[in-house]
Amino acid sequence: MTATRRRPEPGEELPVGTRQSRFSRILVLVGLGALVLYSIAPVWWLVVSATKDQRDLLYTNGLWFGDFNLFQNIEQVLEYNDGIYLRWLLNSLLYATVGGLVGTLIALAAGYSISRFQFPGRGLLLGAVIGSFLIPYAMLTMPLYLLFSRIGLVDSVWAVLIPSFISPFSVYLAKVYTDGAVPEEIIEAARIDGAGELRIFFQIVVRLMSTGGATVFLLSFVQNWNQFFLPLTMLRGEDKWSLNLGLYFWNSKRVEAGVDLTALVLTGALLSVIPLVIFMVAMQRYWRTGVTLGALK
Amino acid sequence: MSITATRAEPTGAAATRRGPGRDLRRTSRWHTLRALKGAAFAAPFIVGFLFVFVVPVGYAVYESLFSERSSGLGIGGQERVFVGFDNFTRGLQDGAFWASVGRVLVFACFQIPLMLSLALGMALLLDQLATRTAHRFRLAFLVPYMIPGIVAALMWMYLYSPRLGPLTGVLELVGVDADFYASEMLWVSMGNLLTWHGVGYNMLIIYGALRAVPREVFDAARVDGAGELRIAWSIKVPFVRGALVLTGMLAIIGMLQIFNEPLLFRQVAPETVTKSYTPIMLIYYQAFDSNDYGYAAALSVILALIVGAISFLFYRFTNRAPS
Repeated sequence: MTATRRRPEPGEELPVGTRQSRFSRILVLVGLGALVLYSIAPVWWLVVSATKDQRDLLYTNGLWFGDFNLFQNIEQVLEYNDGIYLRWLLNSLLYATVGGLVGTLIALAAGYSISRFQFPGRGLLLGAVIGSFLIPYAMLTMPLYLLFSRIGLVDSVWAVLIPSFISPFSVYLAKVYTDGAVPEEIIEAARIDGAGELRIFFQIVVRLMSTGGATVFLLSFVQNWNQFFLPLTMLRGEDKWSLNLGLYFWNSKRVEAGVDLTALVLTGALLSVIPLVIFMVAMQRYWRTGVTLGALK
Repeated sequence: MSITATRAEPTGAAATRRGPGRDLRRTSRWHTLRALKGAAFAAPFIVGFLFVFVVPVGYAVYESLFSERSSGLGIGGQERVFVGFDNFTRGLQDGAFWASVGRVLVFACFQIPLMLSLALGMALLLDQLATRTAHRFRLAFLVPYMIPGIVAALMWMYLYSPRLGPLTGVLELVGVDADFYASEMLWVSMGNLLTWHGVGYNMLIIYGALRAVPREVFDAARVDGAGELRIAWSIKVPFVRGALVLTGMLAIIGMLQIFNEPLLFRQVAPETVTKSYTPIMLIYYQAFDSNDYGYAAALSVILALIVGAISFLFYRFTNRAPS
């Protein structure tokens, strides 16, 4: 990525000099169509299945609707086991939102510090941040479980929240964004005007970093929403579970106890995906830049 | 105070940069004070990092030197004893552990090249389209990536199900009798699931790298009479080699730590997906099923070293190859 990067105008037609035959254009479209089908068809199946009752799931074509039972299914999901599903939904939101917000603030401060200040150990800190990308998560989660059980944090929301506050990847992204988005002149000027360092950070840096901060928040929100190993290890009581853990449990119960919870699992899975997909489609500009930037830097 | 210049403006903001803004009249004490204030911004992260990363890693290494032994006749319960490197010798000789590492690596050799080829194909096809159309297709390709891994695995488990899923029936129509849960098919089933879920993310990175290449390069080749296929293979692919190396490395690191998908498949095929199917599953069950934390910790240290070594080798190997 260099300054020579050219942003094509929206709606721009094919590059000059492209001499694509009709045949190759069709070939490109067929290829793309097949790939879209591969990406979307399984989701379509999930949507269709969530509208079916237990009997239709077994006896009707999986790719088309049977009797429309979506609302009964949703009702069943929300009422099953005294509405535990809603509880899991709220827990997932709590882990993703609080973990994401606190994690982003900590990461922005650390990224700003690494990017703009020369203090002893700065290089070591940056090295530790990047090196930690290679540590297998099981190597962290298990000892963390033992430590948390000593101080009585296991099976509490903190056991999931505290680790999600600390994300080396977010710090790295925040550093890269600070490098690019916070001009040193503005900070110098504020210092000369007598602003304290804290005030400079909260009133100038955080505002200049709104795009970068949004990206960091989104990526950590999604990561916290998706995590499975950490809650699986730390949480025992089902009232603290996240949606992922709950759906996993419903599914294992479906297979083990012989109780048919299939419609429950499928509808629950679809419901858990919809808010996240809407959120990500709406915010795609932010996480897209984050993914490519984090990978290519 | 020196500012390391970065190569790109991530937000597109045209931030101007200047050299070291040092004012010589300021005393060095003032500078130290400012540096300390600056370091204070990193303090919350440093404290948390120590607590959540450094201490656990240290604790894992410490724990790996101990073992739980039944005392006497097994009446007195378990007792923790210092065993030195015994857990490591045991781990290095543990056939089940190395089998799990080998299993995952062999799987990686098939699944990762396939997934990356598919992602590269997607990116190259997108690159043939007008920007606005390309963005619509890109969003469709990213839909699987937006679905949490656990939900994706659940969904495919049902799609594969002979009773509920449409796949077995569709394949029967063309005369293929497929049992996706059978032990020899399980890696194919899991590979397809991982590819479906991961291809969008890799496409995004590769496509990003492709769009960063100045278009003039391709235009010049076209003027010289190169066909689109030739341009794709001889110019575009070499340009995104860096992105391919990186996505490959991330995929290998992820694959060595695969856990969620096999754990879910264990629900339908417990005979095939044993407790030692993948390294992390083995470690997980050693810790929480057999309560052998010391051994689990030793295995996790060995796994960390394997991950580090393979990443290093992969990086050296791919960076040395002629482009």
